[in-house]
Amino acid sequence: MATFKYILALCSFIFALGSISASAASLEDTIASLVKANTKQKIQAVTVISASGHKRAADVLTAFVGSKLYYKKAGKKVVIIKKAGSTYILFDPLTAKELGQLPKSKLKKIRVNNRIRRVIRGVLGSLTLLSKNPAQRLKAAEAVFKSAAASSVPTLKKALERETDQKVKAKMQMALAATELKTSKEQAVRLSAIEILTEYSVPEVRALLGSVIAIEKDEQVKAAAAKSLSDIEASLAFWNGIGNIFQGISLGSVLLLAAVGLAITFGVMGVINMAHGELVMLGAYTTFVVQELFRTYFPEAFGFSIAVAIPAAFVVAGAFGVAIERGIIRYLYGRPLETLLATWGLSLILQQFVRSIFGPTNQAVGNPEWMSGAIEITGGLVLTYNRIWIIVFSLLVLGLLMMFLKKTAFGLQMRAVTQNRSMASSMGIKTGYVDALTFGLGSGVAGIAGVALSQIDNVSPNLGQAYIIDSFMVVVFGGVGNLWGTLVGAFSLGIANKFLEPFAGTVLAKILVLVVIILFIQKRPRGLFALKGRAVEN
Amino acid sequence: MAQTSTFQRRSGFSFLLTDTGGQWLLGIILAAIIFVPICNLYVPVDSFFHVPTYMVSLFGKYLTFALLALSVDLIWGYCGILSLGHGAFFALGGYAMGMYMMRQIGDRGVYGNAEIPDFMVFLNWKELPWYWHGFDSFSFTMAMVVMVPGILAFVFGWFAFRSRVSGVYLSIITQALTYAMMLAFFRNDMGFGGNNGLTDFKDILGFNLQTDGMRVTLFMLSALAVALSYVLCRYIVSSKLGRVLVAIRDSESRTRFLGYRVEYYQLFVFTVSAMLAGVAGALYVPQVGIINPSEFLPANSIEIVIWVAIGGRGTLYGAVLGGVLVNYAKSYLTGAFPEIWLYALGALFIFSTIFFPKGIVGSVSSFKVKHSVRLSLSGLFQRMINRMRQNLKGA
Repeated sequence: MATFKYILALCSFIFALGSISASAASLEDTIASLVKANTKQKIQAVTVISASGHKRAADVLTAFVGSKLYYKKAGKKVVIIKKAGSTYILFDPLTAKELGQLPKSKLKKIRVNNRIRRVIRGVLGSLTLLSKNPAQRLKAAEAVFKSAAASSVPTLKKALERETDQKVKAKMQMALAATELKTSKEQAVRLSAIEILTEYSVPEVRALLGSVIAIEKDEQVKAAAAKSLSDIEASLAFWNGIGNIFQGISLGSVLLLAAVGLAITFGVMGVINMAHGELVMLGAYTTFVVQELFRTYFPEAFGFSIAVAIPAAFVVAGAFGVAIERGIIRYLYGRPLETLLATWGLSLILQQFVRSIFGPTNQAVGNPEWMSGAIEITGGLVLTYNRIWIIVFSLLVLGLLMMFLKKTAFGLQMRAVTQNRSMASSMGIKTGYVDALTFGLGSGVAGIAGVALSQIDNVSPNLGQAYIIDSFMVVVFGGVGNLWGTLVGAFSLGIANKFLEPFAGTVLAKILVLVVIILFIQKRPRGLFALKGRAVEN
Repeated sequence: MAQTSTFQRRSGFSFLLTDTGGQWLLGIILAAIIFVPICNLYVPVDSFFHVPTYMVSLFGKYLTFALLALSVDLIWGYCGILSLGHGAFFALGGYAMGMYMMRQIGDRGVYGNAEIPDFMVFLNWKELPWYWHGFDSFSFTMAMVVMVPGILAFVFGWFAFRSRVSGVYLSIITQALTYAMMLAFFRNDMGFGGNNGLTDFKDILGFNLQTDGMRVTLFMLSALAVALSYVLCRYIVSSKLGRVLVAIRDSESRTRFLGYRVEYYQLFVFTVSAMLAGVAGALYVPQVGIINPSEFLPANSIEIVIWVAIGGRGTLYGAVLGGVLVNYAKSYLTGAFPEIWLYALGALFIFSTIFFPKGIVGSVSSFKVKHSVRLSLSGLFQRMINRMRQNLKGA
């Protein structure tokens, strides 16, 4: 660190020699002159302070812009203050030494207005380019890119030479090119700046080039900028497409989660469960309750709340499912339309039940730390962690479910009962028991979906309603009785939706997708992956 | 069905002769058409027999719901088509009527613009969209009230029935249909008033909607529409075509194997039913004074089915009874115990499907069969006439 400070001092020294000759002594005078200065003079003083290269320059300016620069009424000594109740602790601006305390009434603030603030922010940008902290340097480079002030070019160049962090270096190069393009008088410099900018396919560069083209008089520069702009636009469009696919997969994974439980109760058992959405909603409310318990009893372990909520939601929704099957649905086997009506009635009761307990408003469900935030792949594309987790999670749930159906004894019994009930019964399988557990399994998976949805959607009594029609569409589109169909159905609907949205708007895209599915069902009434054989006809 | 005895070819309205429940229904409606106007307009306000105007409008609304239930019973009770999207046809009829009444407002709107309705002025639209043209004319509107739902049902049914989409699949896509329509009508760009829908109606054919006379007239028209539609539906189901419909309901593939083009029968009855729903919507809107996209809610359409299920599926008059009773209960319960209503409705769905699969009417007729009670209205007349004849002979 010592070497760093040394280099810093050296740089500022060279810098100071190159510009206005300002020594520490005259810097003190400049600061002292702030007491009586008008706005114009203050701005000039700010320039002098920033150009001095003094190691405290940034701190002084930060104090100034944050209204922390005062002077003693007696003696007109300028100080930086720190509030401590009604008294202020005073610091020397240049040495940062503590100068004791004074009551508020003995001090007077050096006024700062918006014009001065703007100037200070601009110069602070280039000053923090030399900061030790890479995050601050990155921020400074972004600020310089925005302001594109000619005064920051020398600092920027200096910072670039020393920069080791690739990410920050790229940002600085971008800022330098932008500044040169906007402020330089030489054509060659500007052309090379455009060439550098072409490598940065981000919306900000696109906007910058657009504004340059609009006012540019130099034909050659204009042509280069236009070409660069079209390159950037093509690249942005590509990343936008990738982004759409990601959004589509993300929506698809949500649909998959909501529909996969339905694929069991409707697809495998043939039960139309209109209360499916409400089971999802119960899962979401279970998450809410679990998180509340965590907040009250183990606030430090909040990150694990989701891990606890998943099995809890499975058990709660699964138990409801078994109760529904034993209490209602088993009396209605073979009467699908009546099942539909009865379960719809049930969904109304469940909604009102939750509304009576938790109230009609949205409940706040928190994201644990490992699920919040985002990664930036490239300028145009940002992927949020909770979306990525939900994609992974939905595939995991589907995989586990398939394993369960294919590899376990219970899965085998389940398939046997749904394919030929009487034969299965004669082989000694307790069909009633299997029915209840199958329905419980589908409902439990719906509950798990609720945990995931609580992370991205509002948790309210109407949560299930929003997904029920979509889930049925996914199952019917994918093909009843086939989990692969549900997977393909969910992802193709999700992606189709997201690709239509930019052209048609959210609502119209949804309508179009619905209409296409309605037409598709006319063409292939049994969906994409239709089951074949005699069992289908029943 | 107990009421549909062996089929014989008969002429005229003889199909009503054996329809006991229908005779009661028509009798009650006739009585309502005669007495409600008298009790509202001519009986003094403080009299016990006075019917207040809000009651007239309320029961007028129930009657339009009854008509809607009737249209659902025609396809569900007699052809096995469970539509979960009939609210869409109802709302379309309502929107057609609403558009006519919007045009009747003319320059009496808030912006005083005679060219376009207020909400279009608000959206900065300069001229009327093409699909609004013609709704100045009452007869055109009346045609559209049945045509728009009819055409939609025809096109939708053409695709669906030809591909043999049936049972729960049909139910789910009809639900998707009304859901898509709801999303579409919520958009301001559609030109139907978006979220707020159409409202602030003033008059029909120059008659002010707010007067007692108009309210009573609308009630009478609704009652008349229910009666006429009932006769139409009864005629359809007791004709030869109705026999085929019941055959389709009970076994679609067997009917097809017998050589009937099942899809044509389904398409016909589905379209007629949608038209009736449109008429119901057109009568509903002037009585409640507003139509908005929430009428397209899938939940509303499912609720219609429960009216039919409660009243008694496959009897026609049961649907009318269910439509009025359930809605009366809804008005009462939402007023008296707002928390309870959804529980009650949910419980109705569950209990009626598990314990009363035949609905009220079905349960009453099994009770009648068990205890051999005769409730025939024409039988009552017959017995009265016989008694009188005997008396005359005796004298």
